[in-house]
Amino acid sequence: MNVTALIDAAKDGILTGSLYALMATGLTLVFGVMDIINVAQGILVIVGAYLSYALSVHFGIDLFLGLLITIPTLFVVGIVIERAFLGRLKGPEKTAMSILVTYAVSLVIEGSLNMIFSVNPVQLHAWYVNKSFVVGGYHFAFIYLAGFALAVVLLSALYYMLYRTRFGVSVRASLADQASAALVGIDVRRVSTICFGIGVAVTAAGGMIYGATTTFNASTSYDLISRLLTIIVLGGMGSLGGAMLAGVLLVFVGNVVGVIAGAVWSTMAYYVLLIIVLLVRPQGLFGKQSARVA
Amino acid sequence: MLKTKRLWWVLALGVFAGFPLVVTNPSYQTIAFYSLLYMACAASWNMFSGYSGYIALGSGVFYGSGAFTMALISIHTHMAPGAAMFWLVPVGGLVAAAFAVPLGWIGLRVRRHTFVVITIAFFFIFQNAAINFSFTGGTAGLNLPFITWGFSYYDLPFYYVALGLVIFIVILSAAVRRSRFGLQLMAIRDDEDRALGLGVKVAAVKLTGFTMSAFTIGMAGAVYAMFLGQIYPQFAFDPMFDLSIAMMAFFGGMGTLVGPLVGALILESAQQYLTVNFSNGSLYLILLGGLFLIVFMFMPQGIVVYVRDTVTKKAAREKAAVASIDLAMAEGSET
Repeated sequence: MNVTALIDAAKDGILTGSLYALMATGLTLVFGVMDIINVAQGILVIVGAYLSYALSVHFGIDLFLGLLITIPTLFVVGIVIERAFLGRLKGPEKTAMSILVTYAVSLVIEGSLNMIFSVNPVQLHAWYVNKSFVVGGYHFAFIYLAGFALAVVLLSALYYMLYRTRFGVSVRASLADQASAALVGIDVRRVSTICFGIGVAVTAAGGMIYGATTTFNASTSYDLISRLLTIIVLGGMGSLGGAMLAGVLLVFVGNVVGVIAGAVWSTMAYYVLLIIVLLVRPQGLFGKQSARVA
Repeated sequence: MLKTKRLWWVLALGVFAGFPLVVTNPSYQTIAFYSLLYMACAASWNMFSGYSGYIALGSGVFYGSGAFTMALISIHTHMAPGAAMFWLVPVGGLVAAAFAVPLGWIGLRVRRHTFVVITIAFFFIFQNAAINFSFTGGTAGLNLPFITWGFSYYDLPFYYVALGLVIFIVILSAAVRRSRFGLQLMAIRDDEDRALGLGVKVAAVKLTGFTMSAFTIGMAGAVYAMFLGQIYPQFAFDPMFDLSIAMMAFFGGMGTLVGPLVGALILESAQQYLTVNFSNGSLYLILLGGLFLIVFMFMPQGIVVYVRDTVTKKAAREKAAVASIDLAMAEGSET
């Protein structure tokens, strides 16, 4: 173990962590507004990655340019899933049922992806994917920096939408209390659908960077979704800021532990971190202290 | 009503007991064995999650620890391969239950949907540990004492042990439903705060239910390891297992006694059949997911409840029709 490796791991942890923060923000937004845990988020990231893959391999469209197509596509996919299945969920078992339903959706997608793209892992390529440059003696991989920039831009856009627009006010009202929001005339149903679309659309960006930094196939989605779920629970379910902080924190801790104790323990590290935090704060870092039963 | 119900159970038992004697094709016997094993797991899962409403998605922890208990003890005590190894099945259950106590103590302190995610985290901690510790054999796996009984009836002892396990779990689950303890679990599902207010010791009740379900799932895991004869961490701790048994229970009817059995029987035999005959895992994923979504959209309470409601409604309608004819005749005779 040396200091440079440690600093590298920490730096990459923060850069890639921002992407997980972006994907987890979509997940926690959906939970906060709709009480739905979307476990299909993992496979939708892979869908985003495969879409970028197909666009770049078959049509020669640049990865970043392709986002102009993949983000709206996944937005529509999200709206279809919400309208077809999730809108039907009601009652006290809603959250638990949403896990099973979105899991079923993700199985169908997983099977389809396996048939369309085969199970052989692929990776996204472009001339800049493996470029890096040196600043102050440290290597910065271009794709990590680009991912970080992308995450910052999209998260800022999301925040602008939430805090500076009329629609954002409806979303935040629904986050705070759905019944009261409906009482003051907010169409909670419409807000939910659009939020789900947005929550899914961010996976397109996450998936593109994910696919450029690692090889993937449909079954890598299990690893992704378990990380994303860990992030939103650690941050406090429904808390946007919590998801961002926890996203960066988890990847950072995972990377640092990976350098100190070996890569095989890095995944273990964040599950252990999650359990330690939950022992002290069962509602997560920024979760609202609410009734035990929701 | 009660008598016809009992008759159905006896009939079903007869069919299951006679099945391998009639169908001697070993590949179908294997399918039947796996179906029974998953029936046992789905019914165990339902015993806690179905009754209490706390959806656990980390039951693979208990399945895997049961499996590894069987493997490690039989290997390290140099057990003679054979039926004596079945004595390790309850030991596997006990080890799983011993893990369930601390995990449940940590996991059940949080709200219901956080519990779901925590169980997933537990699962990945165990899977990770099993892959990375050396005593589990790592990714190379472990080989159990090789069972040498005749190839002609290789599956039969396993089949009947699995059947026995299912019977045990069904009786246990039925007993829980009728007991004060079961009522407390279901009270927690309906309104935990009110149950607490009415004096139910919710923490103790939840932990007991969680541990019981871990015990029976651990036993199933031990049978699984013995049947396979070799065990790998990545298959003993399989994330698909966690979600499959929850889906099976929902598919048939969560919280009912028969539902998880029916769900597991249909889905697991379908999966095994597709794997054996088409060896196409992707097709199965699409079918499983699609079937689940269809059931969810048209029978949101699960198949068993849907069928029961349809039958009772039909009976009620017929009764009403007869009554209205009687009424019409009575009115007719008056005029």
